[in-house]
Amino acid sequence: MNAIEARGIQKIFNPGTDEAVVALQDIDLQVAAGEFLSLVGPSGCGKSTLMRLIADLLQPSSGDLRVNGKAPAQARRDRDYGMVFQQATLYDWRSVSKNVQLPLEVMGYAKAERAKRAQAMLDMVELGDFVEHYPWQLSGGMQQRVSIARALVFEPSVLLMDEPFGALDEFTRERMNFELLRIWQATGTTVVFVTHSIAEAAFLSGRIVVMTPRPGRITQVVSNPLPYPRDFHTRSDPAFHALVAQLRDLLRDAVGPTLAQARET
Amino acid sequence: MTRDRLAAYLPTIAVAVAVLLAWELLVVAFDIQQFLLPKPSAIFAEFADQVGLWLAPDERSILFESSGATFWEAIGGFVIGCGGGALVALITSRWTVLSEATMPFAIAANSVPIIAFAPIMNNWFGITNPASKMAIVAIIVFFPTMINTVRGLTLVDARQLELMRSYAASPGEVLWKLRIPNALPYIFSALRVASALSLIGAVVAEFFGGPRATLGVYITQEASAFDFAKAWTAIMMASIIGIGFYLAVLLIERRLMPWHVSFRVE
Ligand SMILES: Nc1ncnc2c1ncn2[C@@H]1O[C@H](COP(=O)(O)OP(=O)(O)O)[C@@H](O)[C@H]1O
Ligand SMILES: [Mg+2]
Repeated sequence: MNAIEARGIQKIFNPGTDEAVVALQDIDLQVAAGEFLSLVGPSGCGKSTLMRLIADLLQPSSGDLRVNGKAPAQARRDRDYGMVFQQATLYDWRSVSKNVQLPLEVMGYAKAERAKRAQAMLDMVELGDFVEHYPWQLSGGMQQRVSIARALVFEPSVLLMDEPFGALDEFTRERMNFELLRIWQATGTTVVFVTHSIAEAAFLSGRIVVMTPRPGRITQVVSNPLPYPRDFHTRSDPAFHALVAQLRDLLRDAVGPTLAQARET
Repeated sequence: MTRDRLAAYLPTIAVAVAVLLAWELLVVAFDIQQFLLPKPSAIFAEFADQVGLWLAPDERSILFESSGATFWEAIGGFVIGCGGGALVALITSRWTVLSEATMPFAIAANSVPIIAFAPIMNNWFGITNPASKMAIVAIIVFFPTMINTVRGLTLVDARQLELMRSYAASPGEVLWKLRIPNALPYIFSALRVASALSLIGAVVAEFFGGPRATLGVYITQEASAFDFAKAWTAIMMASIIGIGFYLAVLLIERRLMPWHVSFRVE
């Protein structure tokens, strides 16, 4: 069974008004269970909107969307999603461990079980020694790792990540990419990953969805020929460079007409 | 207290000593009449006398009795007003319509000089009834507390709300785990203001008449009897209580939210 199935999805913000925006149009997409899928495209092409539709934070204007064979609202009530945003959005008033335990508290896990799972998750993101720290005592990369631990601690089947490393410096970002792949392989979670970075998408994903704006559409879905596990050598593999070049061309075509239009007006 | 902390307070202490010395010297140098401005030494001497009376087993210190009475009026009003403000905020913020409808009135009421209602409260509750002063204090602190609590409960980061939604959290869990902790800094900033306001409210309300042994009445009576050292000593007591109250709120705040930006130590 596919983890995510979208057919003919359309999302219009403020329909019927002067400010109507067609954020997504004709979106057809299947994501297999356990797959690592990236969404790339220029800003405003509807990546976040698609992610939020999947997460049931928004409802599509038309089309059919299924998550684990269920309506997104049902999947959300079944706690099928973990979410990671660009900002770590940790709770200032909670220690690292308590932050990771937050979803478990809401879901009614027993106290001992919560602490145990949080510790295991934090060990996995290599923050096992920071459980009693508070978010402000951690670097941006460490905070983001806490938020990943928080998203995975209740073992959701789908992990939704919206530019999770966009605010990090290049070095931290590369390390986080390795860690994310390691965690993904250890947990078997389906990952939908939004990024601005072509190289990041090429390095991480099994398939890459290239999107274009106005209206937001899927231009092409590119399969990544690089095998897992990926490592330091992946980035110097000719296939990696060919893929990056291919994605760059696709995105250039995507942005091209819009730039031309902008020059005319 | 460690040496370092003592060193940190040293400039403050030096300023206080310098101001008192300058005050004393100016009064002596310009031969200022005691009813215009008594010497600090005279105020301290009067204060020492009052402490003596207070400590003596068979004597009474009207000053200390007055301070106690005013203190309880301020505390009572503070608890009722802040508690009420927070409670109303909690209820109205449950429904956006309700909080949006009530906030403009709360903000308007917050700029009304509520102390002007003191004579009316005297009529309602009786001039010598401490409740008339508590009522004024309660109304004064009600609005800032309510306004800040509503803000803290509603100005929550959209991402954090989405996170809660993704866990399928109930409204009650969102309130306890997100909205209330988020509101704490807002509430405490209101409580700090309210702690100062409550003592000011109580003393000024007593200027409009009150029980014999209260600071406001004491100050008015000693001032009209030209015993200015006594009046100033009472003002000093009011200041001490006010500052003490403020520091107590600050201490509770530190205990409850050590994570807050203002208390972080690297
Ligand atoms: N809540 C909203 N109301 C109105 N328009 C929105 C809203 N959210 C997104 N949009 C619009 O939808 C389009 C897609 O936005 P988004 O999904 O955030 O793009 P991306 O994440 O790819 O940068 C943009 O034109 C944006 O302005
Ligand atoms: Mg986005």
